[in-house]
Amino acid sequence: MGSVLEMTMNYNGLDSVLPGVTKPARYTGGEWNSVVKDWDETEIKVALAYPDVYEVGMSNMALMILYDILNNEEDVLAERVYTPWLDMEQAMRAADIHLYTLETRHPLAEFDIIGFTLPYELNYTNVLNMLDLAQIPLLASERDGTHPLIIGGGSGTYNPEPLSDFFDLFVIGEGEEVILDVLHLYREFGGDKHELLSGAAEIEGIYVPSLYEVHYNRNGTVREVRPTHPKAGPIVTKRIVDTLPPTPTKVVVPYVEAIHDRAMIEIQRGCTQGCRFCQAGMIYRPLRERPLDEIVTTADELLSVTGYEELALLSLSSCNYGRIEELVETLLARHSPEHTSISLPSLRMDSFSVKLAEMFQGRRKTGLTFAPEAGSERLRRVINKLISHEDILSTAQAAYSRGWQRIKLYFMIGLPTETMEDVEAIAALVKTVRDIGRRQRGKKAQVNVSVATFIPKPHTPFQWLPLEERSRLEEKQALLRRLIRGRGLKLSWNDPDTSLLEAALSRGDRRLGRVIQDAWRRGARFDAWTEVFEPQRWWAAFSAQGLDPSFYAHRERPLEETLPWDHISSGVSREFLISEYERSLREETTIDCREGPCRACGILATFSTDAQTAQKALWGCTPVKETPG
Amino acid sequence: MRQEQRRQQRLRITFAKGEEVKYISHLDVMRLWERALRRASIPLLYSKGYNPRPKISIAAPLAVGFTGKRELMDLFLERTIAPLDFAASVRKQLPTGVTLAEVEEAYPALPSLQSQVRSAEYRIIVETQETPAEIQGRLGGLLRSEHLPRQRRGKEYDLRPLIEDLWLAEKTEEGCVLRMRLHAGEQGTGRPDEVLAELRLKDSVRAVQRTQLYFTSPKDTA
Repeated sequence: MGSVLEMTMNYNGLDSVLPGVTKPARYTGGEWNSVVKDWDETEIKVALAYPDVYEVGMSNMALMILYDILNNEEDVLAERVYTPWLDMEQAMRAADIHLYTLETRHPLAEFDIIGFTLPYELNYTNVLNMLDLAQIPLLASERDGTHPLIIGGGSGTYNPEPLSDFFDLFVIGEGEEVILDVLHLYREFGGDKHELLSGAAEIEGIYVPSLYEVHYNRNGTVREVRPTHPKAGPIVTKRIVDTLPPTPTKVVVPYVEAIHDRAMIEIQRGCTQGCRFCQAGMIYRPLRERPLDEIVTTADELLSVTGYEELALLSLSSCNYGRIEELVETLLARHSPEHTSISLPSLRMDSFSVKLAEMFQGRRKTGLTFAPEAGSERLRRVINKLISHEDILSTAQAAYSRGWQRIKLYFMIGLPTETMEDVEAIAALVKTVRDIGRRQRGKKAQVNVSVATFIPKPHTPFQWLPLEERSRLEEKQALLRRLIRGRGLKLSWNDPDTSLLEAALSRGDRRLGRVIQDAWRRGARFDAWTEVFEPQRWWAAFSAQGLDPSFYAHRERPLEETLPWDHISSGVSREFLISEYERSLREETTIDCREGPCRACGILATFSTDAQTAQKALWGCTPVKETPG
Repeated sequence: MRQEQRRQQRLRITFAKGEEVKYISHLDVMRLWERALRRASIPLLYSKGYNPRPKISIAAPLAVGFTGKRELMDLFLERTIAPLDFAASVRKQLPTGVTLAEVEEAYPALPSLQSQVRSAEYRIIVETQETPAEIQGRLGGLLRSEHLPRQRRGKEYDLRPLIEDLWLAEKTEEGCVLRMRLHAGEQGTGRPDEVLAELRLKDSVRAVQRTQLYFTSPKDTA
């Protein structure tokens, strides 16, 4: 019989709060493949933080990659921490339990470095909340060498300004190599923050916000982002890796069901389609494929070390992986005997994709998802989404006739040059698809329509455009609700407050730091969760700080204006973005980089020394035949 | 019996769910086992149809927060494996906190484990300054009641017939160890937290361990 002592030994602060919260296993760790190193024997302690709840964070590929790289360094340990849900936060504050990491339950404040990934603007208040729960001063200016170094990474760093007050430095771009540069620096300068930050400023891809001053024009726009330190350069260019480094296989397998509860392999990074609204398509250039043999070997290892029942092949546009059909066939042949399924996160809208989906969905046809994005061909040309009306209908035909009952279609409203006719075209298209489904599958045919509000993002050809006015958006949403109803149709749309906040934060400047702090003080957290989001907190915060979200969201910015993120470079030139913007207004399309002549987006020019290597063949760039112009 | 059915095997597993994993849910436990067995390359039998699931069945769910000393689970395999080989492969794939205690072959045509569960026994550590006599008094009072009307999810039920036995096992420095055997099955399932609520000791509980499950034997069901 287990001793009484054994059973009471663990009754500590956590045991007094965990029984009272939902999903307590979010906070207890001990998962298969989690790495626990000797705390006292390991020199550098890094905490990897995801600013949302455990189930969301555990599906994040970037942190899995960094966890693996860091733990492979002998003198480094990496542990994980996620945002405690509201009930756990309350319980922790009441019991004076400070935020801790899962592997060894050490307080976050005892770490040397904390790396946050920033995938989404509506997570920003969670960053502050986590620092506060860890009893770490929120402002970088109030922290010294005795506090952890706070680093930010991920897509949010492409406009890092709103978070400048809180982070010591940002890593722009891909972290696999630059993280090693940071460690190198840390080994040298350790607790001397001053030396650390000036050393960091010299590393390509690292932005140290405290070494820059922002000057504003009288009308509130940015006049200049000026370096105040000799080591800080005027432009910080993202880091990339020439070829994709090996992807981790010994990944942590959660007990709690993660939002994407499966094994993942990144089969390629970047995208060549050039959709004009898409930030990811611009900032993750150039396209790099992972060799097929490597994917197959990795899959074997990954599945045997985790036991996952599903393998997802990740990329921005998986159907465009060169040998996708061969890859799926090979993986299915190897792994379906043990009942492992394969999935692709997104599909191109053509019959090839349907054929592919049939291979991996097999008899169990759950549903197919496509993203036409706009209802009319005209508007699709504007946004550079090259799908014809015929493509859409024939894909729907193929899907329904092969046995699928449910198709999900993604659209956007608020796109540039959009008219009411374009919005009506969404409804007409959706109904035509439903009718095709009905002819094939009868009453069971279903079309789920998701209409998101377009939000202009930094580093895209549409970065100067305004978010559509709320009343116009609501009018369009009401029209869609009227037109898209009835049997076999389901419609969802975005809440306008969420869109406004996201639009303001994504294209905001450094002054938003005060707003984020104010909103957090008023109780804002988990803003990405509709059931928790309280817009009034934010509007009150903006107002109290003398700022207006419309200034950032609704203003059409002249091309000459200095944008708050102009000092951060994605490698894609401003000239290219302007050229694409002007083409959009003329409804001119730009072909996929792999199918047409290089349009000199700037990537090859920026990374020319890297591109000399033999690996260039695996980049999705055709060689430059003519001078950019 | 068809050739392939003759090769199929039913294994009965006894395992422990310990301190380190006490907060994971029943569904988490099912998923944990499926993945550990897949890592060990155990040839699980999958159901047919659109959504093949492995044939793993756990006798009775264990509440979040409780540890379990002798939990039972049946597995169906596609082909026969020697129990010792099974144990050797699987033990290497189990996370800390989950231990494999026993594995034995079971007759494939036996009724399901869930249908055979009759009762469950628990050990509960309570922190209290009361004397043994005072605690015995509480227990005795409860056992002497004929009915204990309660509500669960809006429905009324009587807890008393679900309490098969209840006794003070040990006195410790911080308090005591209670043991109880509660009915599980068609007439209802008694829950330790409900008994503790009736004893007004709910807030003094420090640990709950399910020590044993009891089953009706197949011949009893005739």
